[in-house]
Amino acid sequence: MTRPVLLTGGRVLDPSQQMDGVADVLLVDGAVAAIGRDIGRPDDAQTVDCAGLIVSPGFIDVHCHLREPGRADVETIASGARAAAAGGFTAVCAMPNTDPVIDNPAAVGFVVRQGLRAGAARVYPIGAISVGQRGEALAEFGEMVDAGAIGVSDDGKPVVSAQLMRTALEYARTFQIPVIDHCEEPTLAAGGAMNEGIVSARLGLKGIPDEAEEIMAIRDILLARLTRGHVHLAHMSTKGSVELIRWGKDRGINVTAEVCPHHLSLTEEAVEGYDTNAKMNPPLRTAEDVETLRQAVRDGTIDLVATDHAPHHYDEKEREFQNAPNGIVGLETALSVVVDSLVVPGHIDFGTLVDRMSCSPARLFGLPGGTLRVGSPADVTVFDPARRWTVDPDLFLSKGRNTPYAGMTLTGRTICTVVAGQVVYTLN
Amino acid sequence: MTAAAPLGKDLLGLEPLSGEQISLILDTAEPFKEISERAIKKVPTLRGSTVVNLFFENSTRTRISFEFAEKRLSADTVNVSSSGSSVSKGETLVDTARNLEAMRIDMVVIRHGSSGAAKFLAGRIESNVINAGDGMHEHPTQGLLDLLTLRDHFKRIEGLRVCICGDVLHSRVARSNIWGLRKLGAEVAVCGPRSLMPNAIDEMGVTVFSRIEEAIEWADALNILRLQLERMTAGYIPSLREYNRVFGVTRERLERAPRDVLILHPGPMNRGVEIDSDVADGPHSVILPQVTNGVAVRMAVLYLLSGGRPELAESAKAGKGAP
Ligand SMILES: [Zn+2]
Ligand SMILES: [Zn+2]
Repeated sequence: MTRPVLLTGGRVLDPSQQMDGVADVLLVDGAVAAIGRDIGRPDDAQTVDCAGLIVSPGFIDVHCHLREPGRADVETIASGARAAAAGGFTAVCAMPNTDPVIDNPAAVGFVVRQGLRAGAARVYPIGAISVGQRGEALAEFGEMVDAGAIGVSDDGKPVVSAQLMRTALEYARTFQIPVIDHCEEPTLAAGGAMNEGIVSARLGLKGIPDEAEEIMAIRDILLARLTRGHVHLAHMSTKGSVELIRWGKDRGINVTAEVCPHHLSLTEEAVEGYDTNAKMNPPLRTAEDVETLRQAVRDGTIDLVATDHAPHHYDEKEREFQNAPNGIVGLETALSVVVDSLVVPGHIDFGTLVDRMSCSPARLFGLPGGTLRVGSPADVTVFDPARRWTVDPDLFLSKGRNTPYAGMTLTGRTICTVVAGQVVYTLN
Repeated sequence: MTAAAPLGKDLLGLEPLSGEQISLILDTAEPFKEISERAIKKVPTLRGSTVVNLFFENSTRTRISFEFAEKRLSADTVNVSSSGSSVSKGETLVDTARNLEAMRIDMVVIRHGSSGAAKFLAGRIESNVINAGDGMHEHPTQGLLDLLTLRDHFKRIEGLRVCICGDVLHSRVARSNIWGLRKLGAEVAVCGPRSLMPNAIDEMGVTVFSRIEEAIEWADALNILRLQLERMTAGYIPSLREYNRVFGVTRERLERAPRDVLILHPGPMNRGVEIDSDVADGPHSVILPQVTNGVAVRMAVLYLLSGGRPELAESAKAGKGAP
């Protein structure tokens, strides 16, 4: 039995039950016990003063890379979970492209156990679609689900075979899990280091055209139509992809999609000067793409925001642009980047932010949380919507330091994170 | 390096330079041309300076041209090339930078297969860095020697019509030429198969010709790029034969031009592919003067980056020593 937690006087914002008003929130025995003005105060309660802060269901990141097993020097499940909590995430889904690949129940169990031991954010494993992510034979979805996997993905690489993708979507229906799709037509993207366009032409870097993403997006939307499986399109980056997702949703196809904070805030111009912290896959696109993605988050065409948190060792990024690895860390800056690029300019309100970062991921991935209804898990994020802070990667709890936001001043910051009724993070 | 250095610390490309800075280099190269005509081809301008020629990628021509330029200015030079050096043993660029910094050298000339490598190095060491070609990005001294050659012939750059022919997509020479020519007021076109052009080339302020005949009719000068033969196996073009048939610069095609068209080529040439021998060796070819000018512009760049004052280039030539 842990001590009850009482969050007092915050603006409780929970779109799952149309709640928006100042109230106290009482968390007892790992569940939400009461919300209201006069809910009493257990003698032994740990009290958190939330005046001026937003109290929301805990954020859920359905897409991050925690690098364990294989690269514990870069991130461990424990360090990743602590970074998640610091970013306001009460749960994260770990991609399986580790070494070895998470493609069997034992490996899934390892991630579950490491997550529990970390005692920070909840960690849900995602299993591989194919054995070894080699794109040949289906991995054991059923056994992986029994061991705790909540979805399947070969993220890091595309599923090249349309037939394998078809089978994955059909087979995944058996277990009602999403197939998470890394949309990249490999022959078009081969050797590409950034968005294809005027900047790549000037910098002399091989570009990746929008169509590399869109060809796979439409292929797999069509396969979802064929199979009635749930395809979840990861890290969407182009205007064209948004149009294709809208096309699929209009026809009732079971397609959902995510966007990463960096694709909502930065453009290909961040690559000028060959800054490897602006190198990611899919690449940063144009201002028009960014604008379209923002609107798509607003209107729900894009269902949720996910980080694609991808830590790399400093030395690996400290090299020639075309040879540097893709990806940036994102857990500790996600909230602020979304506030700055979507809420501050008026594209969305905080209720929509909470929906896209908490309610929607819980609902679409069938995860606990995403709501503060009485009786639901006591996973809560308390954040200051207006607090300005300057990003100092040296202070990250993630082992990764690779961020293009270093030195930038952002708006909005996590103050306190509660998982299963326990305070796992407090900003000091 | 003094704050008044007219080019700044490094020469990374022609894109960051102004038209005035480019003209300054060309003007400074003029007096240096004459040194190469002398019996004793050496002045003491850079005596005591150490220059490292760091070639991660083979380029005998460019390396020799830089070496001549350095030696004629009396610099001490060290060549590090990728064969048999720590570079080929997997030493990273950042390690190389740290080692160079520790050895307190004055200038680094770097050739590297990755775009941005020269900028990467320049940001990490105090020495002056000269980009001798980085990936598909820029090759500024080649652009400068092309400009000097055009200026020698036409006595001006402004208003000239220059068409860059061939594999613009992969060419650092093309990018440096486009920037340099446009900054000095020339009209620039490109000609070649669309599969060897950046998609966004139209946004770079150049005309695009798909037919070599149109390019020849339009241009005062053609700068014919070397076709890397592996582009064929990589599937960018169907065959060398077809390339020569459709895009090759031949005497027959030039004879139909309304005016004499000057022929440049950065070398080494694939005779019978992008250029025919009777064009390469013909009366309008300035391919050999390009090589001569290469040494002069490299001397000018070394001189200016080391703090040499442009107005003293003439006296530097006369043997007045280091500035
Ligand atoms: Zn991916
Ligand atoms: Zn990913």
